[in-house]
Amino acid sequence: MDMWLKILSAVALGAMLVMLLPRAKQALAASPVATPGDWRAVVVPLVAIIAFVAVLMAIV
Amino acid sequence: MPTPVAITHSSTSVLSSNRLVRNTYALLSLTLLFSAATCALSMVVDMGRGTYLASSIAALMLIWFVLPRTANSASGIGVVFAITGLLGFGLGPILSMYLKLPNGPQIVMTALGGTGAIFLGLSAYALTTKRDFNFMGGFLFVGMLVVLGGALLNIFLAVPAVSLALSAVVVLLMSGFILYDTGRMVNGGETNYVLATVSLYLNIFNIFISLLQLLGITSSDD
Repeated sequence: MDMWLKILSAVALGAMLVMLLPRAKQALAASPVATPGDWRAVVVPLVAIIAFVAVLMAIV
Repeated sequence: MPTPVAITHSSTSVLSSNRLVRNTYALLSLTLLFSAATCALSMVVDMGRGTYLASSIAALMLIWFVLPRTANSASGIGVVFAITGLLGFGLGPILSMYLKLPNGPQIVMTALGGTGAIFLGLSAYALTTKRDFNFMGGFLFVGMLVVLGGALLNIFLAVPAVSLALSAVVVLLMSGFILYDTGRMVNGGETNYVLATVSLYLNIFNIFISLLQLLGITSSDD
């Protein structure tokens, strides 16, 4: 990648970090505590996604 | 026994939630088609390497500074088309690059089909369970910050393994965001279909880009 493209990409990513930081703080403060079973309801589909992507990578 | 007032309130809430979901998916379908058209246009006119970065920066400016002011008016729909059109236009040179690889068409079609399957599967799951995924909010946003920090460092380090790992994490994070955003639509956390459409579009876009990268890197190792 050209140096100017790298610098512009870094500036864009840095700006995204700055813009996302308050949103992340707000989300951390406002997120309700997970009840029993909440994380399992997320982990199960995410494990399925991992398996699916692994299959796609093996196919190509 | 629920009172008639409670029943009326509950059915009104369900109706507005159903309307939000319907409007969001209708607008999302149109923006995906528009995005595909602008992507095809940038491939036909053979745009240069900096197009993706320039388009992404322009789209980010619209998302940060214009969308919040217009999301509650009719002009918000125009802004959504501008954002998705720009992101699609930026995708053109990347797709052209992948299509030049020996098995490029297979990589692109697999990434496209994989993205569609992930989105449809997770959306169906979130819509049918009607579970509230709000508890994931802090985790997902902090995860995004970590990924952005890692990507920032890797621009200059350029380690392929880190790039591969970041793409894999982005696929998982965006999958989590699909559950989170869809759950918010169903449970009343999001009431604006313009904002909901942009969120879901960005999830799909990021999954597609990351899948392209994952499939491109692994297939080039053969």
